[in-house]
Amino acid sequence: MKEKIINSAEFKALVKAKKTISLTLASIELLIYFGFIWLIAYEKEFITKKILGNINLGIVMGIGVILLSWILTGIYVIWVNKIYDERMTAIKKKLEEGEI
Amino acid sequence: MTQMFFFLLFVGITLYITYRATERARTTIEFYSARRSITAFQNGLALSGDYMSAASFLGIAGLVSLKGFDGLIYAVGWIVGWPIIMFLIAEPLRNVGKYTFADAVAYRLKQKPIRTAAAVGALTTVLFYLIAQMVGAGYLIKLLFDISYESAIVIVGALMMLYVIFGGMLATTWVQIIKACMLLGGATLLVFLTLYQFGFNYVELFSNITQKYGEEFLHPGSIIENPVDAISLGIALMFGTAGLPHILMRFYTVPDVKEARKSVFYATGFIGYFYLLTFTIGFGAAALVGREIIRKIDEGGNMAAPLLAEAVGGGVFFGFLSAVAFATILAVVVGLTLAGASAVSHDIYAGVVKCDRADEKQEVRAAKIATLCLGLLAIILGILFKNQNVAFMVGLTFSIAASANFPALFMSIFWKKFTTHGAVGSIYTGLILSVVLIILGPTVWVDILKNSQPIFPLKNPAIISFFASFASAIFISLLTHEKDSEEKYEYEKIKSYI
Repeated sequence: MKEKIINSAEFKALVKAKKTISLTLASIELLIYFGFIWLIAYEKEFITKKILGNINLGIVMGIGVILLSWILTGIYVIWVNKIYDERMTAIKKKLEEGEI
Repeated sequence: MTQMFFFLLFVGITLYITYRATERARTTIEFYSARRSITAFQNGLALSGDYMSAASFLGIAGLVSLKGFDGLIYAVGWIVGWPIIMFLIAEPLRNVGKYTFADAVAYRLKQKPIRTAAAVGALTTVLFYLIAQMVGAGYLIKLLFDISYESAIVIVGALMMLYVIFGGMLATTWVQIIKACMLLGGATLLVFLTLYQFGFNYVELFSNITQKYGEEFLHPGSIIENPVDAISLGIALMFGTAGLPHILMRFYTVPDVKEARKSVFYATGFIGYFYLLTFTIGFGAAALVGREIIRKIDEGGNMAAPLLAEAVGGGVFFGFLSAVAFATILAVVVGLTLAGASAVSHDIYAGVVKCDRADEKQEVRAAKIATLCLGLLAIILGILFKNQNVAFMVGLTFSIAASANFPALFMSIFWKKFTTHGAVGSIYTGLILSVVLIILGPTVWVDILKNSQPIFPLKNPAIISFFASFASAIFISLLTHEKDSEEKYEYEKIKSYI
């Protein structure tokens, strides 16, 4: 039974999709944060551009990094808890029924 | 003495909860993981309670109030580890482990050497963090409550031992939850009162600041001089968060993986919100209290938030916020102590000494004895390090967590060919390099040991120790082959899916 699930194409595709999503989101987070530091360190002109009153782009981006970090975790939770878990249950059910 | 009133209220409530939890801290699953009965929302609050220390609340608000934009850069670094925990660590940790993160490192490797190494990594992280928190606690409580440094340390130490020994994980979790609510509530109110002064308009607040301190205050400052150091600190904060034993332990307190994921989402939200508040508090203090006064009372700016509370809300609010800071310190050391004690009792005593054959009673007793020893040690070290500059220990904690704990955990989860020797090698490489390079760096070698030139140029060693740890993990693993480990890896991977 277990063997059958593991060797099914659907299962393999789903596991691969999850891995891709985890690694992509982790890379985006790395890029956002270290990109932010890089900009501050090397693009002072750009960072100190005023946007609203005296509030500059650097401040807005700092707040942006915090918000984006949270949004990314939200995207992941929604995908895994809704789509991934449901599909996994469906695959198991389908193969179990096929077994009988 | 409003602060005393609020603080005693907090202590009263939490001790009552601990008393109620005594009955439910008798078996290992109860003591280490509260019988996996915590909901995702509760655990999210508790995770944020474990993570939001007084050092970050008072320290970052102070840093922003004194250094403006540079303080904000620092604040941002404290959130970015959470997505990493979510995407890479939380689920597999929960799937293959039982109570401590060493479980997840060791599940497919040779128990004795790897459990010893992982426990050493966990304990060093906990101890350095504990010393930093204790010294900060004694100092801050002295400022806020006007009691002596030593008595502050003894009060904190005694209370934390009571919570952990009698209430285990259940009491620890509720201490965190109550503290998180107090801290988030207090900080929200403070921001509300501050923004009220500016008609709830951030533009007003910032134009007030630039009028006072010039536009330079909102520009990046010292970071431009040494970007490599900033990146090194970034690595330590990002991956160190994902290697903190007391945080990782929390993923075993919820019923299943689904709840574990949700709890990271809640925690990230609370923590992000908290740093947004902290940064507003910092700028608010710069505008309404003024840098001169903040610096006069405390050179490091630690009093910025309480002083702002006094300015916008009077004595009662100052008292409340001081009590919040006390509760914050207390809660963080409680979580740390439980994690440290678990490393001793679960990993070293039950895993190595008793070869996994300890019974429930023996292991829980060992955990309680370990808590007692760790508590006494924390009190002694806290008093010994009085008047010492221990700020570097927070950076050291994160550097060790990022370069000793995280790489071994990550590789054990993701790399099939990982071996026991590789794991042990990577843990000790990260640990030793972090400690040695911090000592040779500017904060200890120059500032504390008074040498004229640092031998190692960076304040935070993570950029070296993190990659060196991964390199030795890969190199040693490729030299040693462990068939057992590869088979268990496949087996556990399949088991966690089905």
